[in-house]
Amino acid sequence: MSIVEAATDEAKQRGVNVNAVHLRLGALSGVVKDALLFSYEVACQDTPLAGSRLIIEEVPVTVFCRHCKQNRVLASMQSFTCSDCGTPAGEVVQGKELEVFALEVEE
Amino acid sequence: MSEPRLVELRRNVLKQNDIIARGLREQFRTAGVFVVSLVSSPGSGKTTFLEKTLTLLQPRYRVAALVGDLATENDAKRLARSHAPVKQITTGTLCHLEAAMVESALQGWDLQNFDFLFIENVGNLVCPSSYDLGENLRLVLMSVTEGEDKPLKYPTIFNSADVAVITKNELAAAVEFDWQAARQSVESVRPGMQIFRLSAKTGEGMQEYLDFLGERLAENRAVIPS
Repeated sequence: MSIVEAATDEAKQRGVNVNAVHLRLGALSGVVKDALLFSYEVACQDTPLAGSRLIIEEVPVTVFCRHCKQNRVLASMQSFTCSDCGTPAGEVVQGKELEVFALEVEE
Repeated sequence: MSEPRLVELRRNVLKQNDIIARGLREQFRTAGVFVVSLVSSPGSGKTTFLEKTLTLLQPRYRVAALVGDLATENDAKRLARSHAPVKQITTGTLCHLEAAMVESALQGWDLQNFDFLFIENVGNLVCPSSYDLGENLRLVLMSVTEGEDKPLKYPTIFNSADVAVITKNELAAAVEFDWQAARQSVESVRPGMQIFRLSAKTGEGMQEYLDFLGERLAENRAVIPS
């Protein structure tokens, strides 16, 4: 699992132990939070990350509204429209992230 | 022992896939081949649609296909009836194709011999959305028997695709398919998305879609610096 690999590599390079992995997960990433949390423990078995926690920060979808010329957070994944004026807005600015953005480490 | 501390690390989890996909895209560009991937739920008619596409394109274009499946090689056998070069990628337990699988399946093929390469993904509306395969165009298929609200149930895959294809239109009347409702569903998760409504079985609507592919190929070649 790439999340475990990424964190293990980094921990090795720094010579530290990892207590927790912080992950940014976009609503459009195609990955389900619960499934990740469930599989994390299994993926960590027999790796230096065994016993560490996965902390997920969910990122909502942000689109650019051409009418308002503003970025807007989508109110619903079923409706790609501006939350302010209702104009259809398909340009995704944020929400596809699947990124390990920080590690909580101990020497 | 010191206190736990936080170190920042911006690392895209799918970076490895994205790097390979970028390489593939460059390879496709240099060879002048236009690559179309197909995603849909199982049973929406991807293979029939692709078989028809390969057969109808062949008088004018050189075509080839890669087809992903969990276990069997049945799809490749069906597609081979079109007489186009076809390779099966058997994914085992994996529910989607990844760029590395495409890369290794392409070994032994000279891409310059093709105008179009089609990549049929594993039937799944969830996982394939996250994996870039280096394609120029991603088609998402839904059949009229699946219900008009499919895009609302799977917004991520519809949002990751470029074009929607509504298949099995010959069954539309029998299942009382509501075309307006389907169009609205697509529009609400992917505003402005082009939709083709067709029947691979009867051929209805196929020509419009084939013309579209031809135009996209020509546009794509026009931007390649000689």
